[in-house]
Amino acid sequence: MAGILLAGFGGQGILFAGKQLIVAGMKNGKEVSWLPSYGPEMRGGTCNCSVNIDDEPIGSPLVTTPDILLAMNKPSYDKFVSKVAVGGTVVYDSSLVTPEETRDDIKSCGVPATQLANENGFPKLANCIMLGKLMKETGLFDREYFCESLRAASPRQSPSWAK
Amino acid sequence: MSEKLLMKGNEALAEAAIRAGCKLFFGYPITPQTELAEYMAKQLPKREGMCLQAESEVAAINMIYGAASTGKRCITSTSSPGVSLMSEGISYIIGSDVPCVLVNVQRGGPGLGGIQPAQSDYNQAIRGLGHGDQHVIVLAPNSVQEMASLTGEAFDLADIYRMPCMILADGALGQMMEPVDFGAHTPREIPEKTWATNGHKNARKHNVVNSLYIAPEELEKTVLDRFERYAEIEEKEVKYDTYLTEDAEIVVVAYGITARIAKTAVRMAREQGIKAGLFRPITLWPFPSKELKALAGTTKAFLSVEMNMGQMQSDVKLAIDCAKPVTHFGRTGGMIPTPDEILIHIKKAVGGDN
Repeated sequence: MAGILLAGFGGQGILFAGKQLIVAGMKNGKEVSWLPSYGPEMRGGTCNCSVNIDDEPIGSPLVTTPDILLAMNKPSYDKFVSKVAVGGTVVYDSSLVTPEETRDDIKSCGVPATQLANENGFPKLANCIMLGKLMKETGLFDREYFCESLRAASPRQSPSWAK
Repeated sequence: MSEKLLMKGNEALAEAAIRAGCKLFFGYPITPQTELAEYMAKQLPKREGMCLQAESEVAAINMIYGAASTGKRCITSTSSPGVSLMSEGISYIIGSDVPCVLVNVQRGGPGLGGIQPAQSDYNQAIRGLGHGDQHVIVLAPNSVQEMASLTGEAFDLADIYRMPCMILADGALGQMMEPVDFGAHTPREIPEKTWATNGHKNARKHNVVNSLYIAPEELEKTVLDRFERYAEIEEKEVKYDTYLTEDAEIVVVAYGITARIAKTAVRMAREQGIKAGLFRPITLWPFPSKELKALAGTTKAFLSVEMNMGQMQSDVKLAIDCAKPVTHFGRTGGMIPTPDEILIHIKKAVGGDN
C-alpha cells in the first residue's frame, strides 16, 4: 500500500508520528513496520523514520523510494524529495520549508504546521497537524478512524490537530 | 490467536525471555541493543527477577556463567564489539556445559565500527565464538515476531542440550517495530537439571561446574561427548524456510533481515519471468546443509546475500559440494541492501542481461 518516510529535527515527534501510522495500520489489519534512525540522531539533529503499511508481508523495513514523504525541516526536504516515487506525495511544513527543488511528477503539499501549532497553543503537536494533512492529501486512512486512533494515543488532552 | 502488540525487536526479545521464565539479566549497554537491557531493567524487578548492569561485557558474561551454573534461566545481550569481549567467558560456559542465551544485535565492524545494522559477525558466531573445539546453537530471526518466538526456542534448546544458544540479530531487527504475538512459541519439555550447583542440602552428592581438565585423556573425552551432542543437534534441530524454491533456477540464500529484502527481490524477479527462489537458514549452526544440497539437484545457481563481504558463501559451497556456482552479493559497514540491488545480482547469476 505505502512506503512512508517521515523526516525532520530530533524532538519534532517524527518517530511518534510514524508510530501513529503503524498503530492505525495494524488495527486496520495491515502488515506494518517502523524503522527509526537511531543513535545520535535521536538526541537532536536530523531524524527520520521508515514506515511500511501493506497488504503483503513487509520485505525491507527501510524505505528508500517513499510513496509518501513527510518533511518537517528543510534539510530533510532537500535530502529526500528527489527520492520520492513518481506519482508519490510530499507533505512538508511550509513554516519551516521553502521548497527550492520542485517536481511535477509528484504531488507536493505544504501546511504551516509549526506556525499553526504555536498559534493554537499546542507547540509540540506540529507533527499531528502534519499527519492530518497527510491523511487529507493521501486518504491513507479514513479521517474518523485515524482521529480515533490518534486520540487513543494522546495523554488526556484533546489536541486540536484536525486541520 | 492471542493479541498482537507493537514492539521494537529488542523489547520483544526481552519480553519473550521473561515469559520463557528467564529472571536474570546481566549486561552492559551498547547501541543498537540497549533497549533490551532497558526493558529488563524496568521489568525484571517487578516480575521476581533481577537485572544487573555489569561494569563491562567481561564481567557480564562471567555473571552469566555463575547464574547459568545454578540451572536458572539467564540471558545477556550485546552488540558486535561486546561479543568479542565476552568470547573468553563464552568458551568457559561451553566447556562447563551450562545453558544460557546470548544475544548479538550486530552492528558494523571491525573495531568499534559503526552503529548501523550488519551481519558481519557470522563467522565469529558460527566458527569462533570462543577458543577450543566448540559450537553454539545460532538462531537468526528475520522479524520482530521471530525475535520473540526464537527466544523461547533458544532457552529450550540451551536447556535440552546444556549449551549456550545465540540469537544473531542485527541493528535493524533490534530497532524496528512490528506486531508481535507472544503465544507463537510452544515450550518444549526440558530435562531435569540434575547437574546444577544449587545447593545439595546434604541430600545428594555435590555438583561441580568446571571447564578445567588437566589430564588430556579426560579433556578429550569431554570434547568427544560434547561433539556427540552436536551431532544429535545437527540431526534434529535444523530450521529453515523456503520460498518458491521448487522450480527455481536461481536460489537466493539469505538469513535474518536480509532474507526478507531478498524475498522482495525474488518476487520482483518472478514478475520479470526469472525463476528465482529463496532459501532462508533459521539455524545458522546447525547449518541446513542437507536441505541446500537437495536443492543443488534442481537449481542452476545460488546467490548468497548478506550484510557482510561473503561469510556464509563458503558454507553454501560446502553444503552443495560446489556442485553449482555460488556467487555473493552483500553490503557491509552498516549499509542495508535494497531489493533492486539484489535483483541485479539475481540477473547476473542467471546470466541474463541486466
